[in-house]
Amino acid sequence: MRAFDALAMAFQAIAGNKLRSFLTTLGIIIGVGSVIAMVHLGQAASRSVTAEIAAMGSNLLFVIPGTGQRGPGAVRMPGAPFDMNDVRAIEQDVPGVEVAPSAMHASTVVYGNVNQNMSVEGTTNAYFTVRNHPVAIGREFEPGELNTGAAVCIVGRTVLREFGIEDPLGSSLRIGRTSCLIIGVLAEKGFSMGQDRDRLILMPIRAVQRRLAGNLDVRSMYVSALVDGTTARVRRDIETLMRERRRIRPGMEDDFYVRDTQDIAQALEQTGATLTLLLGGIAAVSLMVGGIGIMNIMLVSVTERTREIGIRLAIGARTSDVLMQFLVEAVVLATLGGLIGLVLGLGGTWLVTDRFGMAFAISPGVMLLGFSFSVVVGIVFGLFPARKAARLNPIDALRHE
Amino acid sequence: MSVAARIAPQAGPALLQMRDIRKIYGAGAAEVRALDGVDLDIHAGEFVAVMGPSGSGKSTCMNLLGCLDVPTSGAYRFQGVDVGALDRNQLALLRRHFMGFVFQSYNLLARTSAVANVELPLIYEGVRHAERRRRALEALTSVGLADRAGAMPNELSGGQQQRVAIARALVTEPPLLLADEPTGNLDTVTAGEIMQQLVAIRQSRDITIVMVTHEPDIATWAERVVYFVDGRIARDGPPAEVLS
Repeated sequence: MRAFDALAMAFQAIAGNKLRSFLTTLGIIIGVGSVIAMVHLGQAASRSVTAEIAAMGSNLLFVIPGTGQRGPGAVRMPGAPFDMNDVRAIEQDVPGVEVAPSAMHASTVVYGNVNQNMSVEGTTNAYFTVRNHPVAIGREFEPGELNTGAAVCIVGRTVLREFGIEDPLGSSLRIGRTSCLIIGVLAEKGFSMGQDRDRLILMPIRAVQRRLAGNLDVRSMYVSALVDGTTARVRRDIETLMRERRRIRPGMEDDFYVRDTQDIAQALEQTGATLTLLLGGIAAVSLMVGGIGIMNIMLVSVTERTREIGIRLAIGARTSDVLMQFLVEAVVLATLGGLIGLVLGLGGTWLVTDRFGMAFAISPGVMLLGFSFSVVVGIVFGLFPARKAARLNPIDALRHE
Repeated sequence: MSVAARIAPQAGPALLQMRDIRKIYGAGAAEVRALDGVDLDIHAGEFVAVMGPSGSGKSTCMNLLGCLDVPTSGAYRFQGVDVGALDRNQLALLRRHFMGFVFQSYNLLARTSAVANVELPLIYEGVRHAERRRRALEALTSVGLADRAGAMPNELSGGQQQRVAIARALVTEPPLLLADEPTGNLDTVTAGEIMQQLVAIRQSRDITIVMVTHEPDIATWAERVVYFVDGRIARDGPPAEVLS
């Protein structure tokens, strides 16, 4: 028997019983569809996380006092805060960096009759470049304002919305007991890792220290390596410098830590990969169940078509011819199911990514994997019914009613 | 045709030769001796009717002749080849190249057109589509059904379906045609037409026909009648002698 004739025979049998063929492949359709959708969605999600981290400012390092978290069960010990001398020391002694200090203070913020509890962040103009978050309307801080700690602020879009400020430049917010003039509005950043990056109020760091916190502490520092690929060197330099400045003896543990965006990206990517694997696994199980569905129906089909098999054996079909016929039928069914599942899976992925504003991209590897898996399922689960058909005794098969 | 060459016929006295053939079903008290020592020679070109009451072993004999089944003991030679020594696939090849089957219930594939049914044996021979179609139409023409080639089995009368089955059996041009109660489901007039068809086939080509029937009227169309009783051949000769 020619391969083409075997294929034609399979298509004829499948077309001859459309509803049943469809129900048989439904399991494969759902299985392949969910594998394709799950893995593609997982990939889209981790891509958008990566994009968010890039938007945070690549080459960004966070320098934070305390011991940081080292593995499960480790206790995070607080460390002494930094001050502006540390900021200046890094700027001077570590080449190729820009440093933005940060002093956060939670305050009651009032505008008109709206009253909110918010964190106010004190920093310098370095913030706008280091955090990759420029001023869109108005201006940055002036040197005089930074030196004296003037009561001026630059706010994010969400703040304008929450307080219902229509004409921000020249309006004033009351922060704590200070009336604070809005001199600028930040460019819109949107959500990043569950945080609204537009819900913030920036003031000159001296203003936060003097007017709100009542100390000269710098709570953390944002450091940007100006040259790509130098974050590791910059990190080492900062660690050495800060150990020196904080008089940590050799062998003693740091009482501060440096974290870069890669660390965060890695942690998130790992979570994403685990999730993708888990979802893909569940989908693979459903593909398996789809295969069992094919086997089930093929077994019923063999019983139903026993007489046909008898006729074929009588007119000279060999065992291998009958085996091929039913195996090809199962594989064609599974392959068709795989194709439909592929289309549905991609369609589903597109719908979800479109809805949540993620980038839609096709991964040929995943498609090939899902599709070839369906073919393999067809072979594996088609083999048993096909063998059953091929081994029928011609006389018994012919007598079958 | 290398496969056919492997089981190629050797020169021999008879086309079909059965020696002391026994077919036993079951065991112990439930043992049934369907055939109990049958010796039978059928020569090329004969038209033989196999007769006998129900359970006499005529159908079992037919299945053995058609290589659909193997005997419990005894020797069966087809064109000099010992069929008992062949495996399942070799038997299938023997059927494919040397035998055509016609059944009582036609046994056409449902939802498959007449011409596609006739093409079926050629598919297994590996004949290409155009050639297949040509030979199938030729076979349908020879049974007078050229105009019904595209019809589905359920659109054909019983007699027409049986003629499609005959065309399917002949399309590979086998030396042996085996018919199991070919007129069993047909009325007298149609049965007569089918028998005329078989006689015409016998006259127009080099073929041996063995036909099982329980109707004496049908058996008289043959030249020789083999009459089974209780798994043995009771009478063997021209219809006029055996049926008297």
